[in-house]
Amino acid sequence: MTRYLLIESRDPFDSSDVRFCCDLAQQLVAAKNEVTLFLVQNGVLPARAGARSDDLTRLAGAGVRVLADSFSLRERGIDERRLATGVAAAPLDVVMDALADGAKVIWH
Amino acid sequence: MKTLSIIESAYRATIEEQDDTIVWIHGAMKGAGAELAVLLRGNAVNYLVEAQNAGGLTFGDWEQTQPPRLASDLAALAAKGVEICYVAEDVAERGIERSELIAGVQPVAREAIAELIGRHERVWHW
Amino acid sequence: MADKKTITIAIMDAPYETARSTTALRLIDLAARRGYNINVFAYEGAVLQPFSAQTPHPNAVHGRNVEEENHFIPKDAIAALMREAERNGGRIDWVNCGLCVDERGAGAAIAGVRRGSPADLWQMAESSDNTLVIATR
Repeated sequence: MTRYLLIESRDPFDSSDVRFCCDLAQQLVAAKNEVTLFLVQNGVLPARAGARSDDLTRLAGAGVRVLADSFSLRERGIDERRLATGVAAAPLDVVMDALADGAKVIWH
Repeated sequence: MKTLSIIESAYRATIEEQDDTIVWIHGAMKGAGAELAVLLRGNAVNYLVEAQNAGGLTFGDWEQTQPPRLASDLAALAAKGVEICYVAEDVAERGIERSELIAGVQPVAREAIAELIGRHERVWHW
Repeated sequence: MADKKTITIAIMDAPYETARSTTALRLIDLAARRGYNINVFAYEGAVLQPFSAQTPHPNAVHGRNVEEENHFIPKDAIAALMREAERNGGRIDWVNCGLCVDERGAGAAIAGVRRGSPADLWQMAESSDNTLVIATR
C-alpha cells in the first residue's frame, strides 16, 4: 500500500480540471492505497458547506481523507465548523509530514 | 529513481521561451542522466500534433528565427529514451486524430493514470 | 525534534503573482522550523524571489508610510527562512536556474543563493527524502 497526498490548489468555480484530482484520488483509493486530498488556496472554496462540494463528500465516503488548509479557510472567512460533510480543517504541516514520511505528494 | 512527470500546462510562454520550458528541462535532465517518463494530459496533448507551426512572428524589425518546435522536441526526448505517453481521452476530446501525432508515443486511458503513477516511485505534476 | 529530513521543492512563480509563492514559503518555513535540509530549485520566474534589488514602499491608499506598511518583501522572507533553518540545525540550498536568471536579468540575488542548472534539480531530487514540484500555470 502506498501513501498519496494530492494537493488541490484549484477550485471548481474557476477550473474544470479539479476533476483530475478527484478522479485520481478515487482511482488510487479503489486500488487500496492510502489517499489524502489536501485543499489549499482557492482549493478550499468548495469545502464550505453548501458550496459545490458533492465531489469532496463523495471522496470522503470512498475512503479518501479530505482536508482543507486551516490558513486558507481562515483567509477566506470559511468557518472550520461549517465545512462540507467529510471535509476537515488541517494545518499545512500535513503536507510536510507526508513529504517527510515519503508519501507521493502531487501538487495540482 | 525513475520519475513520472505529468505535463498539463500548455502554450504558457512558449513563444517567449522558444520552447516549452517543462519539455526543455526534461531534455536537460535526461542529458544529465535522469530516469524519466512523461505523461501529457489536458491541453499539453496538443504538443504531440506534428503540424504545429509557430514560425514567422515579428515585433517591429525583430524577427523570431527560432520558434518553438514542440512536437520535434518531444520526438527528440523520446529518441533519448524517455517514455512519452498521453491521455487518450484528452486527445479525442480535442478532436485530434491519432494520425496527427508524432510517432513513438503511447496512449494511456484516463482510468489507467493511477496505475501508471503507481509504477513510478516519484511523480511530478507540471 | 523530528528526524532530520532533506526535502526538495521546485518552484516556478515570480513574486507577487500567485498564491503558490506564499504556500511554497509556508512549506519552506515549516521545514526550516523542523531543522530539515531544504533544497529549493527556482525555475523561470521564481528566480526573482530572492532578487536583491527588491525594495519596500509606502501605501498611500491605506495612509501608511514605508515603516508602517512593512511590505512583504520576498528576498527578506527568504533570508529569514535561511536563518531559521540554520537556527534549527538545517539549511536551505537555494538554486536559481541560470538561464532563467540570464533572460530575466535577475543575477543580483541575496547571499546564500547560487546559480545552477536542471542537473541540480535532478541531483537534489536524487539526494532528497522527497521532492515537491509546485509548477506555474
